[in-house]
Formats: sequence, structure tokens, C-alpha cells
Amino acid sequence: MAVTPKGFELPGKSGKSSSGVFAPEGTIVTSLDAVVNWCRKNSLWPMPFATACCGIELMAVGSSRFDIARFGAEVMRFSPRQCDLMIVAGRVVMKMMPVLQRIWLQMPEPKYAISMGACASTGGIFDTYAVVQGVDRFIPIDVYIPGCPPRPESILRAVMDMQSKVQKGGSALGNQGLPELRQMEEQLIQIRTRAGLPGVATERADESRFGYRLPGGESLVGRTETR
Amino acid sequence: MTTKQTSKPLPDATLARIRKRCGEGVFSVSSHLDNLRLYVPGSKLVELATILRDEFGFHLTELGGADYLGYPGRSPASHRFEVHYVLLNYDTAERLILKSGVSDPDPTLPTLVPVWLGAGWMEREVFDMYGIVFQGHPDLRRILMPEEFQSFPLRKDYPLRGRGERHNFERVTREDS
Repeated sequence: MAVTPKGFELPGKSGKSSSGVFAPEGTIVTSLDAVVNWCRKNSLWPMPFATACCGIELMAVGSSRFDIARFGAEVMRFSPRQCDLMIVAGRVVMKMMPVLQRIWLQMPEPKYAISMGACASTGGIFDTYAVVQGVDRFIPIDVYIPGCPPRPESILRAVMDMQSKVQKGGSALGNQGLPELRQMEEQLIQIRTRAGLPGVATERADESRFGYRLPGGESLVGRTETR
Repeated sequence: MTTKQTSKPLPDATLARIRKRCGEGVFSVSSHLDNLRLYVPGSKLVELATILRDEFGFHLTELGGADYLGYPGRSPASHRFEVHYVLLNYDTAERLILKSGVSDPDPTLPTLVPVWLGAGWMEREVFDMYGIVFQGHPDLRRILMPEEFQSFPLRKDYPLRGRGERHNFERVTREDS
């Protein structure tokens, strides 16, 4: 009795019902990007940039009770060279911003960023001379977590959101990000490269009232202007 | 053997001794609860501090500034800024506060680093936050704010929301990184 091999024939290109290629049992057909993204999303290596109380919650997420290892993101590394997920946990002051940017630039591609908590996302209650009003003004952020500080469950939720973003965006050859983020960044580059307009928004009209401005002139008007 | 000593108000006797030693007109006195404050003009500050250290055994425990711009009930003739030096005698647990006023446009005080070395960083902080210059300070740089920061954020006429200085960072986009 002849043994028929188990498996299936791959579908052909449009118009043909069969490609003539036989795939044995257990074969999965998918795109290379999908496989690469699947690998990436299940082994995120976080860079904990913990500057405040959010960092304590982040530690809780790493420990056994909440256990971020269930999502494959337990390997917190303190060298940016070994990380691909930056978690900005806590308020970032002006003096720290160049450090944050430098660490971000040191991380190898593909890389992602989570802004954790009210302070990292918006400055929170610290609307003062020293605190940056949202790190997304200075580095690209993929996922925001609300809360002050966020519950560990929110952080796990954010990791899951991050995973679905990683699965949808990016390719094997590079991380271009999601289309909407790409579009926003293109707008940003346009704003940055065009000739400066003086800041005229009424909200900001009193800025130079006391003459306390750094050299560099009036700020530019734009959707993503910094406050 | 140690005995527990708490801070107690300066007895009138010590104040009288200080007054006798320095002479009239060097300082004026005010008090609030157990705080005794000696107001000294900047020109007499170093002299008085040296006497308090050498002859009365006081040490510097804290140094800070204040901006009284628009302070309710304050006479327009008085100084805009005040720098206070909190002194403590370790043996008798007497506390004493020296205060010295300065005004715009050139708020300058003599430094107390030659008297108490520990004043160095505290004077730098007061300079950083209020822009009060301590003349003779060996290293009067900003201590907290970044070096390129140009204003003095604890002055009362500094905008509450601190806008202005945060604009000029380069933005790192996904494209750059």
C-alpha cells in the first residue's frame, strides 16, 4: 500500500489554483516580517529609566507578584546597548533631558519607548522651571501610561499594547514605526526645517515679559511646539 | 557622657555681651517665638560673624535666601532680598540668626567662606536661585541649574510656570535615532 505523505499543496499565484509546491505537515506559511516581529515582541529588553516613584512600581512589576516575565520583558538591563524598550518612569528635569536623549540614541535598533506615568507624559504636577513637560517633546514615545503612579497592571497593559504595536509595525530590515507615527514625524521634520516664525500664540504671549529667555530666539509655532 | 540638649532661645545675657562687644549700631534685633534675629548691613557682616565664631563659639548650620518682592506689609524702603545665616553654639545650644539685606540692581554681599568653609556650597545655591553675588567666594558657579541657564528661578518675578528655558533642546525623532 502506497503511503501518501501528509501535508498540503501551497496555493498558487492569482489565477492558478495550485503552485505545485508541496508543504509537509506542520508547515506554517507567513511573511518574514511577521515572524521577526513575533520574535521581537516576545522578548523585549527594557531599559528602566526610573527617576521617581514610578520606578518603584516598575520594580513591583518586575517582581514575582506581577511578574513581567509572563510577557517576556523581564530582562531589565542597565546598559542601553543591550536594551530595546525604554521605560521612562518618573519626572525628567531639564538637566536630565540630554542624558535621556543620549541613552535613547545609544540603544540599538529596533527600539521602542514607553512613557510611564503622569510626570513623564505631561510633567504632571511639576509645572516648574526645571521639569520637562512631557518627554515626548524630545524623544519619540510609542505607548503612554496614565496614573500617578500607574498600577502595575497598567504597566502590564502597556507592555501588551507595545507588543501589538511591535507586531503591526516594523519590518525585518528596520523599525519604521506605525504609519501614523511616521506621518507625525514627517510633519515634525518639516516644521523643524522651515524658516522660523515668531511665536504668536496668545497662550505664550507673555513668555518674554521678563526677558528670561535663552538665546535661540522666539519659539516656533507648530502643532508640536514645546511649552 | 552626653546630655540631651535642645535648642533654646538665646538668653538676654549673651545678647547683651554681643552688643557690648560690637558696640551700638552694628546690628538691630528682632525676635519671633524663640528666633532671635540680628540684622546686619553687608559691610559689617564678616566682622560680626568672625566675632561670633571666635568669641561666642557659634557655628554656621544653615544659610539661605529669600526674595521679598511684593511681600505684604513690607515697607518699600527695605531690601528686596535677605540672606539668613542660622548659627548654633554647640556647647550651650544657643541659636542665633544673622540676616543681611540686599537690593537690585546689584545684589552683592561679602562671602563668609573665610569664616566658615561650609558656607561655600550654600552660597552657591543662593547665587543659583536668587542671583545674589557673594564677593570673594572662591568658586561662585551655579550648583543646581545647568550652566547655560541664565535666570534665577526663585526670584518672585520669575514666571511661575517656568516657561522659556525648556524650548531649546533638540528634539530626537525616530528618523534621527
